[in-house]
Amino acid sequence: MVQSLDRSQGRAGGIAAAASDSPTFTGNRALQIEEPLIFEMGQPGRCGVDLPEPPKVKDRLNGLKRTGEIGLPGLSEPQVVQHYTRLSQKNYAIDMGVYPLGSCTMKHNPRINEKVARLPGIGDLHPLQPVSTVQGALELIDRLAHWLKTLTGMPAVAMSPAAGAHGEMCGMMAIAAALEARGERSKRRVVLAPESAHGTNPATAAALGFTVKPIPANERGRVDLASLKAALGSDVAAIMLTNPNTCGLFESEIVEISRAVHEAGAFFYCDGANFNAIVGRVRPGDLGVDCMHINLHKTFSTPHGGGGPGAGPVVLSAALAPYAPYPWIVKDGEKWRVAEDGAAVDGKPLGRLKAFHGQMGMFTRALSYIMSHGADGLKQAAEDAVLSANYVMAALKDVMTPAFEGPCMHEALFDDGFLKDTGVSTLDFAKAMIDEGYHPMTMYFPLVVHGAMLIEPTESQAKEDLDVFIAALRSLAERAKSGTAAEEFKAAPRFAPRRRLDETLAARKPVLRWRPSNNPPEGDPLKQAAD
Amino acid sequence: MRYLPLTPIDRRDMLAVIGAKSVDELFKDVPADARLPSKVAGLPDHLGELEVERAFQNYAAKNVSPSTAPFFIGAGAYRHHVPSTVDYMIQRGEFLTSYTPYQPEITQGTLQYLFEFQTQVSLLTGMEVANASMYDGSTGASEAVLMANRITRRTKALISGGLHPHYRNIIETTAHWQGYSAVAAKTDAEGLEDLIAKVDKETSCVVVQNPSFFGHVRDFTKLAAACHEAGALLIVVVTEVVSLGLIMPPGEMGADIVVCEGQSIGNGLGFGGPYVGLFATRDKYVRQMPGRLVGETVDADGKRGFVLTLSTREQHIRREKATSNICTNAGLCALAFTVHLTLLGEAGFRRLAELNHAKASELADRVAALPGVKLLNESFFNEFTVRLPKPAAPVVQALADKRILGGVPVSRLIPDDPSVENLLLLAATETATEAGMGPLIAGLKEVL
Repeated sequence: MVQSLDRSQGRAGGIAAAASDSPTFTGNRALQIEEPLIFEMGQPGRCGVDLPEPPKVKDRLNGLKRTGEIGLPGLSEPQVVQHYTRLSQKNYAIDMGVYPLGSCTMKHNPRINEKVARLPGIGDLHPLQPVSTVQGALELIDRLAHWLKTLTGMPAVAMSPAAGAHGEMCGMMAIAAALEARGERSKRRVVLAPESAHGTNPATAAALGFTVKPIPANERGRVDLASLKAALGSDVAAIMLTNPNTCGLFESEIVEISRAVHEAGAFFYCDGANFNAIVGRVRPGDLGVDCMHINLHKTFSTPHGGGGPGAGPVVLSAALAPYAPYPWIVKDGEKWRVAEDGAAVDGKPLGRLKAFHGQMGMFTRALSYIMSHGADGLKQAAEDAVLSANYVMAALKDVMTPAFEGPCMHEALFDDGFLKDTGVSTLDFAKAMIDEGYHPMTMYFPLVVHGAMLIEPTESQAKEDLDVFIAALRSLAERAKSGTAAEEFKAAPRFAPRRRLDETLAARKPVLRWRPSNNPPEGDPLKQAAD
Repeated sequence: MRYLPLTPIDRRDMLAVIGAKSVDELFKDVPADARLPSKVAGLPDHLGELEVERAFQNYAAKNVSPSTAPFFIGAGAYRHHVPSTVDYMIQRGEFLTSYTPYQPEITQGTLQYLFEFQTQVSLLTGMEVANASMYDGSTGASEAVLMANRITRRTKALISGGLHPHYRNIIETTAHWQGYSAVAAKTDAEGLEDLIAKVDKETSCVVVQNPSFFGHVRDFTKLAAACHEAGALLIVVVTEVVSLGLIMPPGEMGADIVVCEGQSIGNGLGFGGPYVGLFATRDKYVRQMPGRLVGETVDADGKRGFVLTLSTREQHIRREKATSNICTNAGLCALAFTVHLTLLGEAGFRRLAELNHAKASELADRVAALPGVKLLNESFFNEFTVRLPKPAAPVVQALADKRILGGVPVSRLIPDDPSVENLLLLAATETATEAGMGPLIAGLKEVL
């Protein structure tokens, strides 16, 4: 007997369990279609490409020809298109609406960026083509470098880091190199980082052998200057500071901080994750920053792509510029060249961090975004991002609890004070937002705020859309505070492709891949249905 | 400005709700002398889409597109045909403009394809488990060494002379600044290297590449045994992942960690990035892995679903005690990889590999028949090394002047070793045709 077409297996405990309470025969709910894994779909003899028969040649594989099945399923092209289209429909995305994930800057991703990144002569270049055949590509990278340097007021930029955390590694290595050149590397082993820092900051510093010392925040959500000054000494290599900080606040004593850091002989690493708030209005170089990575996928709109790829160029002060890693793009007269490993350059490169020349596809998209905005548009974007965050903050402050007083920058931070004694947690509140059609804000970060909710609307949302978003949050907050809705919140989300997932089970006994033993058993209802 | 929805009236109304007179008031925490009086000087204002596109067409016009020239370059990045479906799929906004699946209920699309990706990578490499991707192969190799150091609690990595020089440089750079030791064997253009004798009780890992940077196909079974005897791990790097359709996978040779550059499947050359790193290991080492992992679970209704898991390894939880500082992966490039590999399937992937090997075999025979040219490889997949009768760099430049993209001079990547001055790396994939091979051979005849 056919119970269902749902072929979900594995932990779902078989077809019956998966579909027992399904109101439909298939388990589908209109546009929400249950989708098996590709490994549960394939048939031998199917293929989604047509390749010519290879000529018979004697193989030259040193007797190491692969034998046995690899185990890849065979699907036709339409099956592949349907599979991934159905999967895509289980995702929330910037293209669908407000995506207020604080600290991630989920702004509009213009499609012209995608187009120019794919132009023949840009998207298809090999990184090791003779440099005479890639002069335009090198000029493009230099043009982006020029913008980044000018916007930050910094004299140099290392373009090759692949992401923000990679840029942190690059910047901190440059600091280590500068200390080594001063003969102080073995002496200065401490890196200071605020308690509110991104996790990547302490992870990066620790990987380089530094001891991470946390700096407390003051009651205004900023670095406590007195504590910082007390911690500064001849053993300190650097401070890693996000500005605007992870509480969405500008470090108002930033100039005093950088002065104190420099007076102590240390360097100032700025985490540029939140550059979107100030781009075009404030130059980090004017604040005494020694290096700062720029997440092109945040401030400059290169797509987040489900978790990457990113790009994390690092701007460097004059003190750190000589240590920028290979490759360097250099102009000799009218010609561009790439100085690769071992090449003589005007400096002492710290080494190499990535194959080839960096994330060119991201450079192209970021430059397209930057040129589209121009100096005027970038400034306006930063202002609109800050305005939108403050608007959300102001419109919610009577029903939710802002973590700090005063204007915020590009993100509004709330704590869970307004949920006290309601039985509703930050997590429950976030999951209820899903049912209202929104991606939740960043939850439980920064760690210094209890039950943190970090809302970053970005500059990309129309006021009328923000108004609906605000109204939805107000309604949720009021429902939570009514004291009678805890169960409802705990049950959220109810309308998403999946209800809450058991993360404890996933971690306790990890199933990290499909295995043949998960195959639909004999008597598979799909086959029976076909029969 | 077309991307900014707020109108002057919106801004005025929003300021009124905030209770601020101007946007400047919102920036009052910025020290006064750091506030720019107006926009940043010396930069142009915004442009329309037409003008932007033209500017990029101008950049493109100053380059030689591989689609317009005979093309035989590899050395860690390979030109393959990517089916149209791949690029169409990755440009769906639901994939393109989503982020790390922190909220699994509304990111099952990303989570499921990453679970499928992890399975595909495990199968290709012959390993038990794979993560949800790394930045690329080169950074992945360095992360593999760090992982081996953690597992063995040793700090000496032994690097094969057949490892891609950029990969070696990255491992050496990381070793220098993170305080461990990376000992590189000398350049091994002939493929004769024997690392077994060098493995000792201090060795945390041996890093080899298959096929090697010079194209040789090697059996590392005995090296794996020697590593395990000494308590070290074997890391096998694969820069041309298509080779796994035809060559015994590293898992069958006893590798402990396998790192591949996945660019060849689904991802264009893109002047070097973004690419996608594949990272696979044994189940017993999974908790020492860097990067994101997707696992299967069930939801509140008992339905199968997927989540990010084992995140207690990661920086956002463990901070200074994390296995790696990595946050971003190569999600969209992993999607391109997995869509392309799904289109290929078992039969297509194997055939693609055979085609590559056949094209390279033909090219090798034709190049080796040129006077004064010696093929150094007895074995290869789709790339090999030839010794020219003169330095390779000017030869490659002379070919480029004829709009022929004829390989990579080894000296570009290994500039400090005079013994490689005359060596040329040539690759041929399924995209190679007589229309390209003919001019390459003729061009080489002229310039040699």
